[in-house]
Amino acid sequence: MNMITTLFKRELRSYFATPVAYVFIVIFLVLSSAFTFYLGQFYERGQADLLPFFNFLPWLYLFLVPAVAMRLWSEERKSGTIELLLTLPITMWQAVVGKFLAAWAFIGIALALTFPLWLTVNYLGDPDNGVILASYIGALLMAGAFLAIGSCISAATRNQVVAFILTVVACFVLVMAGHPLVLDAFAAWAPQGLVDAIAGLSFLTHFASISKGVIDLRDLLYFLLMIGFWLYASAIVIDLKKAD
Amino acid sequence: MIETQALGKRYGDLVAVDGISFKVEPGQVLGFLGPNGAGKSTTMKMVAGFLAPTSGSAKVCGFDVESDSLLARRMVGYLPEGAPSYGEMSVRQFLGFIADVRELPAAVRGKRLDDVIGRLNLEGVLEQPIETLSKGFKRRVGLAQAILHDPKVLILDEPTDGLDPNQKHEVRSLINAMARDKTIIVSTHVLEEVHAVCNRAIIIARGRVLADATPAELEARSRYHQAVSMTARDANAAREALARVVDVAAIEVDAQDGRITAFPKPGKQIFAAVNEVLKERNVAVREIALEGGRLDEVFRSITQAAPAKEVRP
Repeated sequence: MNMITTLFKRELRSYFATPVAYVFIVIFLVLSSAFTFYLGQFYERGQADLLPFFNFLPWLYLFLVPAVAMRLWSEERKSGTIELLLTLPITMWQAVVGKFLAAWAFIGIALALTFPLWLTVNYLGDPDNGVILASYIGALLMAGAFLAIGSCISAATRNQVVAFILTVVACFVLVMAGHPLVLDAFAAWAPQGLVDAIAGLSFLTHFASISKGVIDLRDLLYFLLMIGFWLYASAIVIDLKKAD
Repeated sequence: MIETQALGKRYGDLVAVDGISFKVEPGQVLGFLGPNGAGKSTTMKMVAGFLAPTSGSAKVCGFDVESDSLLARRMVGYLPEGAPSYGEMSVRQFLGFIADVRELPAAVRGKRLDDVIGRLNLEGVLEQPIETLSKGFKRRVGLAQAILHDPKVLILDEPTDGLDPNQKHEVRSLINAMARDKTIIVSTHVLEEVHAVCNRAIIIARGRVLADATPAELEARSRYHQAVSMTARDANAAREALARVVDVAAIEVDAQDGRITAFPKPGKQIFAAVNEVLKERNVAVREIALEGGRLDEVFRSITQAAPAKEVRP
C-alpha cells in the first residue's frame, strides 16, 4: 500500500509538472459548461438539477478520458522508463494500480472543479443534492472504467495516438452497448442471451440508473468489476509486451 | 553475486540468448562484449528482473530472479540502456522517488542522497527537470539512481555510451571506486573500456558465450601479442634484419604509415632478439614498441568465426 502511495504521488505530480494537466482541466470545464448551458438548455428547462450536465458527461469523457489514459503505459514504453519502473522492487500490480489511481484522481480533480455548476443550481433553486452526489459518484466510477480500458490499450502499444483512437472506439462501443447501433450488429446472428448480456454492459444504462439517485449495488459492482477486469488485463498485457 | 545457469530467451523462432552460464563474485567487474544484437542487453534485462527467461535460471545474491523476484531486485542497481528517467521530474524529485521506492530508512536517506549527488557531481542541476539536461548529466542521473541504495550487485548497460572522453573517464573512475565490494556487470562495445574497468570479460555473439577470460588473457590470443612494431628510416634494411631473427613468423608493413610489424612464432618472445639484430646491423629506427595484443582484433576473430568454433565457457 505504501508503495502504491509512492507511485501514486509521483504520477499525480507529473501530471501537473507539464501543461497537459492545465489544458485538460480548462478544456474539460469549458466543454462541460458549454454542453450544459447551450446543448443542455440549462436555463430554458427551468429545473434546478444537473441533469443536462450529467447527460453530456459520458460523451465528453469519451474523448477526454482516453486522452489521459493514452499516456499511462505508452509513454513508459516509448521512453524506456518501463524498464526502470519494473526493475524497481515493486510488483506489477502495485505499478498498474498506482498509475491508474493517479490518473483517476486527476480526473476526479477535474470533475470536482465543476462545483460552480452545483453552486449555481443551489443558488437558483432547491435541487435534490442527494441525486447530485449520486451522479457525481456515478460519473467518477464511469471515468474509472474508461481509464481502466485505456490503461489496458495503452499497455499494448508504444504509440499514444494509436492508444487514444483504440480507447475511444472501445469506450464508444461500451457506452453504446445498449443502443440498437451496437445491438443490431449482434442481433442478426447471436443468441438472445448474448445480446442481452451485451446490452447489460452498457455504461449509459448503469450510469443513468446511478444518476437517478439510486446507488444500486449492482451498478456499483458493475463499474468496480469493469475497473478490476481491465486493470488485470493491463498487467497481463504489460507482461506480454514488455519485451518489444 | 550473480549466477546464471543455461539462461535463455527466445521470441517465437528467434533465439536471443542461447543458454548462457556464468558466475560473478563480489569484487569482480565483468565486461560484457559483443556485436550489436548479440544478446548482451537481453541477458542483463533478465538478470535485472525485467524480462522473464524462457529457459534456465539466474540468481542474484542467491535469490532467483523469477521466484524471488522482489528480493532479487532489491539487491540490484540497474542502469538500463540509454539511462531512461522521468523527464518532467527534477533531479532531486527523481532521486527522492527512487529513495522512497527503495524504502531507504529515514536515518540513511539523506546521507545516501548526499553521497550519490556528490559522487556524480549533480549539485548544480538538482532543481532542473531531467529532460533539460545534457546527455552526460542524464547518464549520471541514471547512474545515481542505480547506486542510490548501495546495492550489492550493479548491472550497467552501456554506461559510457555517448559520453565525451572526460565523462567516460569519470564514469570509469566511479565504477572502479565501487568495484571492491560489489559485483558489477558492465556491457560495452568500447573495447578500451574493458581495460579501464573490467577484470574479466565475456564475449557474446548470437546469444552464446564465445570467450570468458581476463582482458590480458584475451589479448594474449591476439596475433599481435608479443609482436614488435617499429618505424624505420630505411624500411627495407629493417625488414631484412628482422627476417634474420629465428623466431619471427611473419613481417608485415602497413601500406599507409609504413609501420613494420614482426610477429613471433607461437609462444616465442622476440623483442630482445629483434633489438640485437637491429643494433648489429646498425638499422636506425625512429621508435620501436612491444605489442601487448589488440582486443579489437581478438574481438573480431572470435565474433566473426563460424558458430561451430565455440570456445570453452
